[in-house]
Amino acid sequence: MHKVKKATMALNGLGRCFVAGKNVSVIKIVSRALVTVEPGEDPGNNGVYDVIISGGGMVGSAMACSLGMEPNLSGKKILLLEAGHKKVMDKVPDSYSTRVSSISPGSATLLSSIGAWDQITKMRCKPYKKMQVWDACSDALITFDKDNLQDEMAYIVENDIVVAALTKQMDSLPDNIQVKYRSKVVKYTWPMPHQAADSIPWVQVGLASGETVQTKLLIGADGSNSMVRRALGIPTVKWNYDQSAVVAVLHLSEPTENNVAWQRFLPTGPIAMLPLSDTESSLVWSTSHQLAEELLEMDEESFVDAINSAFWSNENQSEMIETAGSLFRSALSAIMPSAGSPRQLPPSVAGIGPKSRVKFPLGMGHASEYTRHRVALIGDAAHRVHPLAGQGVNLGFGDVACLTQLLSQAAFNGKDLGAIQHLLEYETERQRHNLPMMSAIDLMKRLYSTNAAPAVLLRTFGLQATNMLPSLKEQIMAFASK
Amino acid sequence: MYANKLGRLLSGLRGWRVAAVCGGIRSGSSWTAVCKQRRRSACPRTQNLTVHRRASVRSASQTTVDPDELRRFQSLASKWWDEQGEFAALHAMNDLRVPFIRDNLLNVHTGHHPGKPLAGLKILDIGCGGGLLTEPLGRLGADVLGIDPVEESISTAQLHSSKDPELRSRVCYRACSLEELSSVEVGGEEEEEEEEERQRAGQFDAVVASEVVEHLANPETFAFCCSHVLKPGGSLFITTINKTKLSYALAIVAAEQLFRIVPSGTHEWEKFISPVELERMLESNGFSVQSVQGMLYNPLSGAWSWTESTAINYALHAVRLRDDPPTA
Repeated sequence: MHKVKKATMALNGLGRCFVAGKNVSVIKIVSRALVTVEPGEDPGNNGVYDVIISGGGMVGSAMACSLGMEPNLSGKKILLLEAGHKKVMDKVPDSYSTRVSSISPGSATLLSSIGAWDQITKMRCKPYKKMQVWDACSDALITFDKDNLQDEMAYIVENDIVVAALTKQMDSLPDNIQVKYRSKVVKYTWPMPHQAADSIPWVQVGLASGETVQTKLLIGADGSNSMVRRALGIPTVKWNYDQSAVVAVLHLSEPTENNVAWQRFLPTGPIAMLPLSDTESSLVWSTSHQLAEELLEMDEESFVDAINSAFWSNENQSEMIETAGSLFRSALSAIMPSAGSPRQLPPSVAGIGPKSRVKFPLGMGHASEYTRHRVALIGDAAHRVHPLAGQGVNLGFGDVACLTQLLSQAAFNGKDLGAIQHLLEYETERQRHNLPMMSAIDLMKRLYSTNAAPAVLLRTFGLQATNMLPSLKEQIMAFASK
Repeated sequence: MYANKLGRLLSGLRGWRVAAVCGGIRSGSSWTAVCKQRRRSACPRTQNLTVHRRASVRSASQTTVDPDELRRFQSLASKWWDEQGEFAALHAMNDLRVPFIRDNLLNVHTGHHPGKPLAGLKILDIGCGGGLLTEPLGRLGADVLGIDPVEESISTAQLHSSKDPELRSRVCYRACSLEELSSVEVGGEEEEEEEEERQRAGQFDAVVASEVVEHLANPETFAFCCSHVLKPGGSLFITTINKTKLSYALAIVAAEQLFRIVPSGTHEWEKFISPVELERMLESNGFSVQSVQGMLYNPLSGAWSWTESTAINYALHAVRLRDDPPTA
């Protein structure tokens, strides 16, 4: 039986190699197949999970919790596979971590429904009420806020805290959700859509430990370089932005009611300051690879100077643009006299946090298909965006909410969870939401990456006009809040 | 494409079960085209059938099964589970019939089992074919027995459900007909059978006969057998085709004759039964019809939907009345 399994898996691997045209050596595939199944570790006929989620990041863990807490899915066996170790946070560390995310109200609702939001607010999170986005090349600016600064627009939460909260929630559901940490997947074996007599109709996941697990539905939440997506050979539209993001924790010069998110578009890329507390903020500076390198190598003082000047200086503005800008503004205020807002300046920075600055490359990616027979992709595995709009993880949480709802309905109708019909519904619904958002973000990135006068004039006018139309701003905020 | 899907909608997926579920048998050797002369079934429409008559009728059925029909069906036996294949419309019909069965059963049996709404219920799926409806009911927690006279279909069904550990314990199949199961044909000399029959009677909470009634020569007997295997107060779910001009036009003419999607003679318009007629028949066998609902297939989208009109396909839910003692 094991020999047959090994042989089949080896053949599968070979077949995939030829079909997908990957440059993986045949020897590697065969040896992997021989390694994955060892005698005595056969899971047996009870080893079929209903759902396996590959990847325990924010989105993967949220998916596991969401499925585990869904009443129609109670009794289903769910497994989460995470290559890293378990992230436990008994006490919130004093220093902030550098990787943060902006959690939209829609995502907060999802996290609240799975019981993780309470944990997050108990640990640490910073709501903000206003966002100011302005151009370095002109005076144009746009501010977003809910009426009269009553409600929160969104929340800045450290990624570690989100994962720790979700982990805690999963710990409280041991009957439904099983988690295997330090489990790296080495091989996926896909089932044939039509059942052949002797074949296994389930997805088989081979782990580095030699164990193989089977599942009726595999959810790939393994990030922008998704192994699931690559193993399936799903065509992906992707490109690298010639930018890297530098992240750090900033100490402000003086304590302030820090509830505004700031983003300024420099010609080299946007720089954003996101509030963490009254005295600290998070920096996300997307800039060219070269400048990112320099920023990382600078000493602390020069780095702080660079940040302050990026936010405050006006050297990029030419006279012509300034004149044009003020012309636009007066023209628009003639049409809409009441709208418009004065430009505020962000708080100045005095120092940076103890954890080192980090940089990572930026790119865009979109899988043309989110689903295949018995497989679905969620989060960055399906779509990867520029951080300028703070939407990356929110799109992922949106995927979680949609897929959970569809799987719940399918289970209530007695369907096989891996059936393609509801998976295609998920794909259609999410692609319809994600693609416009991704196009808008990519467009913004390109539009703001240049100094050229026509582009600057266009975006100046566009930004000022949008700023003066409250209904349009509300639409934008609503779309981004889902 | 339209015709393809429509044909599948109305195709005699169970048509070649010539050994019709309740024993009524054609004396002719093969299906005849609708327009040609139809020979009435020789099976009497009485409720009391003796062993001998039944036995002879059944052996006649074995020999009168058209080998072409059987071969055709055997070749299709492996295609049950191809969701985009010949049986695509039946797969799509699950979107209507599973909620229909589930919700009506939940109205009666209100025990709360999250994740397994039909837990603890025993269901009989008559004419289960490859198990397309049997499996979803099993996943919802019910213990389901699927029966079908065609052995190849049962093999396919067993093979498909054997891979899933969850279904293996809840779903089982048997190649037999309804009257074999209900053991109505009790001869006087076999006391053991009588004992077994009493034990076997009234054991199911629900009986499902989806796309079956339009292939029976003797629906009266079918109704009787159903009431026999159902617990008092148990539910009967039927989906079938109405006997109207419209169903003739679509099911017979369009699907069979014009486009030849379905083999000529698979459906017989004479055997279609109207909701009124079915209701009358069921009520005379101790059932009370609770609801009748029209179903419509959209061949372009490949999806079914509920509709007001029962002119073509419809679903029916009936409840076996309890045997209350007569009031004085």
